[in-house]
Amino acid sequence: MALLEIENLTVAFATSVGPFKAVDNVSLTCDRGEILSIVGESGSGKSVAMLALMGLLPWTATVTADTLRFDGKDMLTMSAQQKRTIIGKDIAMIFQEPMSSLNPCFTVGFQIGESLRIHMGMNRAQRRERSIELLNLVGIPAPEKRLSLFPHQLSGGMSQRVMIAMALACDPKLLIADEPTTALDVTIQAQILDLLVDLQKRHGMGLILITHDMGVVAETAERVQVQYAGQKVEEQHVRELFRDPHHPYTQALLSALPERATRRGRLPSIPGVVPGQYDRPSGCLFAPRCRYATERCDRETERQGAEFGFALCNYPLKDGDPTGYPEKAEAGQ
Amino acid sequence: MSDTVLERRTATGEIVVEARELTRYYEVGGGLFGGKGVVKALDGVSFSLEAGKTLAVVGESGCGKSTLARLVTMIEPPSAGELLIDGIPVTQSTPELRRKMQIVFQNPYGSLNPRQKIGAILEEPLVINTQDDAQTRRRKASEMMERVGLRAEHYERYPHMFSGGQRQRIAIARALMLNPKILILDEPVSALDVSIQAQVLNILMDLQAELGLAYLFISHDLSVVRHLADDIMVMYLGKPVETGPSEEVFNTPRHPYTAALLSATPVADPFHEKHRIRLEGELPSPLDPPKGCAFNPRCWRADDTCRAEQPPLFDLGLQCHACFHPLPLPEPGT
Repeated sequence: MALLEIENLTVAFATSVGPFKAVDNVSLTCDRGEILSIVGESGSGKSVAMLALMGLLPWTATVTADTLRFDGKDMLTMSAQQKRTIIGKDIAMIFQEPMSSLNPCFTVGFQIGESLRIHMGMNRAQRRERSIELLNLVGIPAPEKRLSLFPHQLSGGMSQRVMIAMALACDPKLLIADEPTTALDVTIQAQILDLLVDLQKRHGMGLILITHDMGVVAETAERVQVQYAGQKVEEQHVRELFRDPHHPYTQALLSALPERATRRGRLPSIPGVVPGQYDRPSGCLFAPRCRYATERCDRETERQGAEFGFALCNYPLKDGDPTGYPEKAEAGQ
Repeated sequence: MSDTVLERRTATGEIVVEARELTRYYEVGGGLFGGKGVVKALDGVSFSLEAGKTLAVVGESGCGKSTLARLVTMIEPPSAGELLIDGIPVTQSTPELRRKMQIVFQNPYGSLNPRQKIGAILEEPLVINTQDDAQTRRRKASEMMERVGLRAEHYERYPHMFSGGQRQRIAIARALMLNPKILILDEPVSALDVSIQAQVLNILMDLQAELGLAYLFISHDLSVVRHLADDIMVMYLGKPVETGPSEEVFNTPRHPYTAALLSATPVADPFHEKHRIRLEGELPSPLDPPKGCAFNPRCWRADDTCRAEQPPLFDLGLQCHACFHPLPLPEPGT
């Protein structure tokens, strides 16, 4: 049994013109000692799905799911009080903007100690000792001195390290990192990614890495889930995904990367934009931008099996060609 | 204009921007606490940019790349050094010079006035800088919208009705309204998604080929830079550490910082073998830069010379670097 099991998670936000589905029937699993990467562009619902798990969404959001199980415990039927004993302790999350995730009014030591006090019931001396240990773990030099610093006295990379230390405070079983390096410089990004992967290996945690950067995915992830407009469109092992993407969106996304194109040549871009609330197609959500779309795609879309990476596509790609594509089949005759 | 510039003009196309030892210091502090300090945001930067070419400025935050953009666009005057735009020395910002030089900012959500319609946004440069009548302005704006891939009905719309990619097109269109020769692109695609980024980069490449624009492309994304830059300038703490043609710098980086930057950039290929150079520490405070080479506290090749002396930019023909112990060139044939 996997550590985290989510089946058909849907998050709808109530808006003035009716509900808007930010996450649409997304299923995912993540096990101990595994790195799952969720990749997608803005508006693909990758953060919202995880915020729903953490219970961090505003009241306008309606969360429904068939299964939402963490470590064998059903989180759907759990009381809020029980949930609070898990969230922040066994499931921890780090966010994109380290500067604004820390409370500017309290010292670093206080903020790390807070979860130790609430979840672990440690006294002041124990908290101090554990905080120093944590800061050491995330590679902050002279941790004794840093405990009394305020967030504005830290650089972006240091703040993110503090955030990671806070998340690790209670030895979580699952760590969710939501674009942990997007706001950081490349050399600092490399340090933080190395640190996350290293900690994940050492503690045997499950790590869910949410990102939009295909480079980060290629270098850190093991299993990758691609999301588009709130739906999961494909799930594969990282090497397979880059070698043979099965969904046309993944294929288009990979070929739009400048480093995969010929130098100074035109980049194969995806026409149009991600559908919003008002222009959501009824069939396949990617159909209006897809080069393989047929009239069938405007009506319905089919979830493929494991051999096609669970692609949500009527004509999943195999070595770059769509399978079961109508015109193609005729042309072959 | 000096003779050397004239010579180079005839040799290698027209030089539209030339910077010599551009420097910008900021005085900070002097308040209630602590004394005054000087931040050397930009410390002696020289380059020249030809028409139809792209010079990319790369570096991490705090390296002075945005300060450079502000100096070249004449938003701020330099503390020292000389700037020539189209051969004219810049002493103050004049309408003639501003017409040759336009800028596109990073965040298209912040750089467009939410209370102006697209038409008004595009026509404003013409109202301020030219004598065109309303009809001509409207015609020019429509032409430009078509050129960057916006539809005619967008003329009457407000910025909030557009997506990020479309807004960046509007910002590019606005910058081109006065037919500039030089476009400063300050991280033009870093706020955009990959699929939209490709669209905007394509437009930029098309416009350059069509209009012969010179681009000063400021970015931290090395894969984008590698795709479209002719020349590269890598900066660290206000100083250029390596300059040269894009392919040479990417293939044979000489300065350790360039090498570390390249190796830290994630490659979108899971089969790629990593030879990551781990850099310790972070960018030092520009208020209190280290003695000697600014990179020495993080450099694995640094010795006493580096800690005592500041390396000048060694001119080695095309590719220049500021390092006493540059990385060796690969053996020919390997």
